[in-house]
Amino acid sequence: MSITGTVIKYQDNVDTDVIIPARYLNTADPKELAKHCMEDLDKDFVTKVKAGDIMVAGNNFGCGSSREHAPIAIKESGIACIIAKSFARIFYRNAINIGLPIIEVDTDIADGDEIEVDFAAGTIVNKTQNKSYEFKPFPPFLQNIISAGGLLNSLKEEGATNA
Amino acid sequence: MGMTMTQKILAAHCGKDTLTAGDMIMANVDLVLGNDVTTPVAINEFNKSGCDCVFHKDKIAMVLDHFTPNKDIKSAEHSKQVREFAAEKEITNFFDVGEMGVEHALLPEKGLVVCGDLVIGADSHTCTYGALGAFSTGVGSTDMAAGMATGKVWLKVPSAIKFNLTGSLRKNVSGKDVILTIIGQIGVDGALYRSMEFTGDGVANLTIDDRLCICNMAIEAGAKNGIFPVDDVTLDYVKEHSTKTPVVYAADADAEYDQVIEIDLAKIEPVVAFPHLPENVKTFSEIGDIKIDQVVIGSCTNGRLSDFVAAAKIMEGKKIAKGIRVMIIPATQKIYMDCLKLGLIEQFIEAGCAVSTPTCGPCLGGHMGILAKGERCVATTNRNFVGRMGDPKSEVYLASPETAAACALTGKITSPDTI
Ligand code: SF4
Repeated sequence: MSITGTVIKYQDNVDTDVIIPARYLNTADPKELAKHCMEDLDKDFVTKVKAGDIMVAGNNFGCGSSREHAPIAIKESGIACIIAKSFARIFYRNAINIGLPIIEVDTDIADGDEIEVDFAAGTIVNKTQNKSYEFKPFPPFLQNIISAGGLLNSLKEEGATNA
Repeated sequence: MGMTMTQKILAAHCGKDTLTAGDMIMANVDLVLGNDVTTPVAINEFNKSGCDCVFHKDKIAMVLDHFTPNKDIKSAEHSKQVREFAAEKEITNFFDVGEMGVEHALLPEKGLVVCGDLVIGADSHTCTYGALGAFSTGVGSTDMAAGMATGKVWLKVPSAIKFNLTGSLRKNVSGKDVILTIIGQIGVDGALYRSMEFTGDGVANLTIDDRLCICNMAIEAGAKNGIFPVDDVTLDYVKEHSTKTPVVYAADADAEYDQVIEIDLAKIEPVVAFPHLPENVKTFSEIGDIKIDQVVIGSCTNGRLSDFVAAAKIMEGKKIAKGIRVMIIPATQKIYMDCLKLGLIEQFIEAGCAVSTPTCGPCLGGHMGILAKGERCVATTNRNFVGRMGDPKSEVYLASPETAAACALTGKITSPDTI
């Protein structure tokens, strides 16, 4: 599977409090959450983001709280994939568990670049800069969760739940 | 090759003799935790998946602590959803207003976690219970839903950093200064994906409250978990609070660590983490004159009895500075009662503080002390991110209860050594 999109770029240590401030955690509705996505870091995000855009960041993306509201808000806002140098661990598992692809790789992708991501091959082509980058594809275990559309679906397929 | 303490607990929970860092496992959990923010999302996922019963009604804990007593209609709806689900599934350990406390202070107190347990919680500070020699880690709501349905969690086996503690803490210094100093040293991603294993002669000189506070903030260095070895102090605590049988695991002598860091407890000074990251740690020699508007003493980091005893000692017989607000929030009902019995509540109120029923409240910018634009707060909580306690232009400074109490008296960022 591959996707092509425009990059919205952020820095290191983007924390879950700026992705979705706690003052909005009194709702679990993805549409409501998406309205405030990135608000405290970049209040223009919600107006500029288009379906299929790709978010790129530095180290430790998603650090802070365990709120699944953070990847939910990003996914609902239309972002198709997040690429960062590293992710905070709870954000990493939450994104996978809700079926939002995330890639850990160090690149020089810039804001506004057009990039194409091939998940199975583990390659990113930067069409704007005429460059390419490689990343380690997900191990099969995590690939199953993502392709099933999230953790509970994959457990259900395995018959691990009582459903 | 030997295993770390964390790896041994994980191996025992997935039926393996040995594990190596990087292995992917499905592990059995002893307890699944959620709060009023994360549980509604988990319940929705649980219901969507078509499950109808939980794996074990005694092995799930739900604590309504974040926006409670409910601050608005939406949060009241969330609490109601959790309350109804808990009743329907007959969840034994459901804690509503009146018995609830801040989850990570409440669970050890209620004896729900003991040495050797594997605990997951849909709350990042679930790593707190490593203080009791358990493996505990924060997960998301979908993990909580899967945990409630199957009693299992997927985990990548972490490598570890060993912190060799020696010596003992001096006056006016506590567990909070230890963990802030460490985070200042290694950074907010210094232990990313890894365990922080604390060992050494110095452990014996730390109280359970110090250890809980230290493990609580392991996530602030990006760690998967923080963990202390089990000693008599741990076993006494567990015996006093729980009827569950503790299982003691210890790291192998030949366990492999990514890094070993030496910490001389005697050299640690009172410190403050400046906005907007817990790694911006300064000692008082680097701090100038900074006026503040509010002080918060509470939270899962420093809302325990010993924290209020320490703060009260600094504030004894004195009044808080004019023009500032001081919030005192005991983390559980029992802690509140113990403070009452010791006369601390009276002392705080006489000094000019506001005392609240247990809640997370201002810690996450929920209620009970939200900051306006440009305001500064010294808090004994664990995060000082942009907008954490209110307006994105407000500032949070993290410190120990001793330091926070000193700041309350002067209205400025102040070392407890000067009081
Ligand atoms: S006190 Fe603060 S950090 Fe602790 S659980 Fe509550 S909101 Fe989270």
